[in-house]
Amino acid sequence: MSFLSKSLAVARKETIAELRTREMVFAVLVFTILVIVIFNFTAGVDQEVIRAAAPGLLWATFSFSGTLSLNRTFVREKENGCLEGLMSCPASREVIYVGKVLSNLLFMLVIEIIALLVFTLLFNIYVLSPPLLVITVLATFGFATVGTLFSGLSANTKAREMVLPILFLPIVLPVIIAAVRGSEQVLAGKSWAGLSPWFQLILAFDAVLSVVSFLVFPYVIEE
Amino acid sequence: MKGKESFKTAGLVVALLLFMWALYMIFIFVPTEATMGISQRIFYFHVPLAWLGLLGYTLVFFGSIMYLWKRRSGWDNFSSSAAELGFIFTTLFLISGSLWAKPAWGVWWTWTPRLTTALILWFIYIAYLTVRFYASEKQQGARFGAVVGIVGFVDVPIIAISTSLWRSEHPGALVFQGGLTPEMTFGLMVSIAAFTVLFVYFLAIRTSLKQQEMEVERLRELVEQDQ
Amino acid sequence: MGNGSAIATETALETRLVSKRFGNRLVLRDVSVSIRKGELAVLFGPNGAGKTTLLRILATIMNPTSGNVLVTGMNIKEDAEDARRKIGVVSHQTFLYNDLTIRENLEFYARMFDVPHRRERIGEVVEMVGMTPRLNDRIGTLSRGMQQRVAIARAILHKPEILLLDEPETGLDLKIISVLWKTLLGEGGEKRTVVFTTHDLERGIELGDRFLVLSRGAIIYDSSKEQMDVTHLRETYDRCSGVSV
Repeated sequence: MSFLSKSLAVARKETIAELRTREMVFAVLVFTILVIVIFNFTAGVDQEVIRAAAPGLLWATFSFSGTLSLNRTFVREKENGCLEGLMSCPASREVIYVGKVLSNLLFMLVIEIIALLVFTLLFNIYVLSPPLLVITVLATFGFATVGTLFSGLSANTKAREMVLPILFLPIVLPVIIAAVRGSEQVLAGKSWAGLSPWFQLILAFDAVLSVVSFLVFPYVIEE
Repeated sequence: MKGKESFKTAGLVVALLLFMWALYMIFIFVPTEATMGISQRIFYFHVPLAWLGLLGYTLVFFGSIMYLWKRRSGWDNFSSSAAELGFIFTTLFLISGSLWAKPAWGVWWTWTPRLTTALILWFIYIAYLTVRFYASEKQQGARFGAVVGIVGFVDVPIIAISTSLWRSEHPGALVFQGGLTPEMTFGLMVSIAAFTVLFVYFLAIRTSLKQQEMEVERLRELVEQDQ
Repeated sequence: MGNGSAIATETALETRLVSKRFGNRLVLRDVSVSIRKGELAVLFGPNGAGKTTLLRILATIMNPTSGNVLVTGMNIKEDAEDARRKIGVVSHQTFLYNDLTIRENLEFYARMFDVPHRRERIGEVVEMVGMTPRLNDRIGTLSRGMQQRVAIARAILHKPEILLLDEPETGLDLKIISVLWKTLLGEGGEKRTVVFTTHDLERGIELGDRFLVLSRGAIIYDSSKEQMDVTHLRETYDRCSGVSV
């Protein structure tokens, strides 16, 4: 119980700080919408072309915006030596990990859902359907578990922002593949049953990678 | 020390003999494949290279777990050497795939599940080597490398499944329909054995080289401290 | 140090042959000290002697490469979380989030330390350091001295038995320094165990009742106030700081 409540305390603290400054969500959201607007110039106005390219575009955008926001995860902990303060608390290192996964998941989902709304508005393709939202939540959970681990790692390297995408993107590729294909099926009007292989794939990734990331996280922040 | 050296020399000799045998098998012994002709013989290089890419990362994974558990730099030297070699052999696999794709399908690259998986594995090798390179000190690099070694390894099967699921909707060309004749299988086995022995030989050399580098570094520190 | 278990009841902090290695550099070499309950131990040493590293190991922020650390008899390898509950840390860094208010910062740490009656306790410690009027101000808007006061409040929030102070006086004015010592030592009439590092010899002699000198990662001087020979301490200290210059 204490584990969960302390993880929530970490997530809560992150959320308060983000709500106050809005530095990360705001910037990433603008970036995301800009990418969608640029897409307009590459895909043109042909509805069929847009429909065919939309899933790929959405997930390419979410991968990059995810990387951008994940980069910020440990920035706040670096000021005033906060990470050390956090490590001197009577809580295991995993508590820090779970708290950060939760806050990252929240931030990324907020950005993605607004982006989906904007996409629907601008291109007149309804991408806010329930199956697509489920795919988004599951895939973003995968992003958050691996991304939090790697952002803790890259924050301690010499080239921070450069290192994260090199680590993060190859590992989450299965999720991207599954999310793109799943979204295609949704836009093509396929039923839930047709989506099941892609759901299974994302779930398998989420299950395996979240456990492994949880287990190795303490090694990332120890000294 | 002396025993170790002669052991290594023996490894080199075995690799050399096996390679001569493998070359004989590949270019003289095995029959030419019916539909693809002579170019199919690159298969006897292509498959062992894929195997070494996977073997390399499996060893990285094993060494990484041992390092985090035992905290001996020897394990880190082992896994980073395996990563360097695995990276090189995966690169060669991608090149051989490309060379084979040209005569077979008329393109330099094709997104078959296997090539795609290998490409992603190649990027994971790069991630492993990058994180070590950018770490602020050696022990940290070892720790971070081990983390990437473990996470990357558990991801490989999921990548393989995802690429084959992805391609199964757009069936690509199969490698070849007929399957392997017994001669072909035998030739392939010899080639795999030759490449594996070479890999193990390189791994032993590279690991002990790293150990020696560390020893030199340690001695230098000692000398500097005394001054 | 072999009799550690026998005197565990009155020993607050103990290190047994603690070493720390960064790559090939040995930062701490077989450090064995034991600090009694209620003692104010001063850790002297020139820059780079390993003071901060030793304190970080005592605070369980960092693991030693070898050796053991006991906090009120508990080995930090096994009971790290319980050990941390007994320890408060003040360093030259505040461990406070710039974007959160004083209240939110303390609220967060109170949750992490399972502090009962959070609201009351936060009110108490903030009052002690005289920051009550600024309770809802963001840390980033406060002056350095004020931030340090909040850092002190944060360190004593969970009523730790042991305080670890890493050069806490660096860059502070005299008024805050007096607040520091009053709050750190005074609360509830019970004397806390304190370990603090400094490279200011005179100031250390004035405050402490146990003196340790760390040089190149090893303890080269250890004496209580009663047995101390000031000239010998000065000589030892000057010798090792001369080496590092």
